Amino acid sequence: MLIFRHEDGNKVASPEQIQIWMKQTMDWIGGIAAQNKFVGSNGLPFDDARVVMHKNGKNMVTNGPFGEIKETIGGYIIVKADSVEEAVEFAKGSPVLQGEGNSVEVRKIAKRDGIH
Amino acid sequence: MIPHLFRTEYRKIISVLCKRFGFGEVATAEDIASDTFLAAAEVWPIHGIPPNPVAWLYNVAKNKAKNHLQRHHLFDHKISPGIKAMYGDASMEIDLSEQNINDSQLQMMFAICHPAISREAQVGLALRILCGFGIEEIADAFLTNKETINKRLLRAKDKIREEKIDIEFPGIAAIDERLETVLTTIYLLFSEGYYSVSSNDTLRKDVCLEAMRLCYMLIENESTNKPQVNALLSLMCFHASRFDARVNKRGELVLYEEQDTSLWNTELIGKGAYFLKCASGGNEISKYHLEASIAYWHTQKADTKEKWENILQLYNRLLQMEYSPVAALNRTYALSKANGKEEAIRQAEKLNLSDDHFYFTLLGELYRDIDNEKAKEHFCTAYSLAKTQTDKQVIQKKIDTLQ
Repeated sequence: MLIFRHEDGNKVASPEQIQIWMKQTMDWIGGIAAQNKFVGSNGLPFDDARVVMHKNGKNMVTNGPFGEIKETIGGYIIVKADSVEEAVEFAKGSPVLQGEGNSVEVRKIAKRDGIH
Repeated sequence: MIPHLFRTEYRKIISVLCKRFGFGEVATAEDIASDTFLAAAEVWPIHGIPPNPVAWLYNVAKNKAKNHLQRHHLFDHKISPGIKAMYGDASMEIDLSEQNINDSQLQMMFAICHPAISREAQVGLALRILCGFGIEEIADAFLTNKETINKRLLRAKDKIREEKIDIEFPGIAAIDERLETVLTTIYLLFSEGYYSVSSNDTLRKDVCLEAMRLCYMLIENESTNKPQVNALLSLMCFHASRFDARVNKRGELVLYEEQDTSLWNTELIGKGAYFLKCASGGNEISKYHLEASIAYWHTQKADTKEKWENILQLYNRLLQMEYSPVAALNRTYALSKANGKEEAIRQAEKLNLSDDHFYFTLLGELYRDIDNEKAKEHFCTAYSLAKTQTDKQVIQKKIDTLQ
């Protein structure tokens, strides 16, 4: 699983910029799918986002974007990779990495059916 | 006259009889339908063609079916009580009304496309029972012999009996799932005609038209008139519009880029657009929607940035839905048109399709004008991997243009 972490969820991009990112993301995922290595993906939009936090002994609910947690998760894709190195190669192509401070976290999914 | 009627009426008679006798008795239904046409072939040349040939055929088929029901042991002991309970005394009547013919054919379509029957056999049965093709024609379309086809059909019929598949509409809950296999079979049938290496051009066209007819039957029927069915018909219309342009007078394949667009059938392109519009209802996008949209863009011959960007995005989505080597190769070609050859070459080299001659043909195309030596190497590899003469011819032409 490749998780997209954005340094600052409060940044607002122009519609043109968003469109360019969308295309780049689609082309990137399409490239992985063309190698028959794509399993699934989801974007995680911020509208209607909430954080439930345990604070001072009780649960607090805050609306997103999240002032206190600077870094946010923008989405994820699940790929079929033979090794962690291969998954890292996929991650390197992610357009998310064009943003300064953004990162792609590469994680293995607990084994169920051979898909990591 | 008789061959034409055979094509259009045989399948109707067989569906109605099968529906009546049960799918397990498909061989009996086939016998009766064949006997009916045999009778026509014997009587008509002597007594002249009857004023209403179709009614004549139905009458003979009805009588033969009644005789069968009357003398058949099975009927007396097993079916009779059940039928009498269901239909009363009218049980001997064979209903060859238009409504019953239509219903029977649709239900037959679902029965043949039952998941228990292998894909190959589904296509064979569909050609025989739903489309009324002769065994010889089917063998010709599959480039094999009559014995192989007969064996394949026999095995399928055994399977029908074993599995006790009923001729009926699936319930509302199951219809989408069952419809998916029906659509797959129709698309396979179409592809069989469209991409077949058989040199019989008329036959290949007939197979395509039959697939389109079956799909249209689903559209005409309310409960199966779904967006994905319209999308599939749209896709087939767009493909079929190029039928006359993709083969030249010598029977050689003409590549898309070299086709004479005046040979494209504008009426079919229009129909494709119409059914694509009909497919836009509902919230779900099927792979047929994506493929039909790709086919739509291919009806625009001009090489615009917009065209290739759209095709690329459609392939991106199609591949996420369902991987296939052909889609991966076509996507990479679209990538080269939309984002440039260098990026496409980098991506192509990751595709891992090194036993596929289309893969090397694509690499050859991508390297053309960038590194013609490499392009030639790839084309030569493609040539050595290609199996059919048609494919080798196409590749040889590409090698020749490099020199």
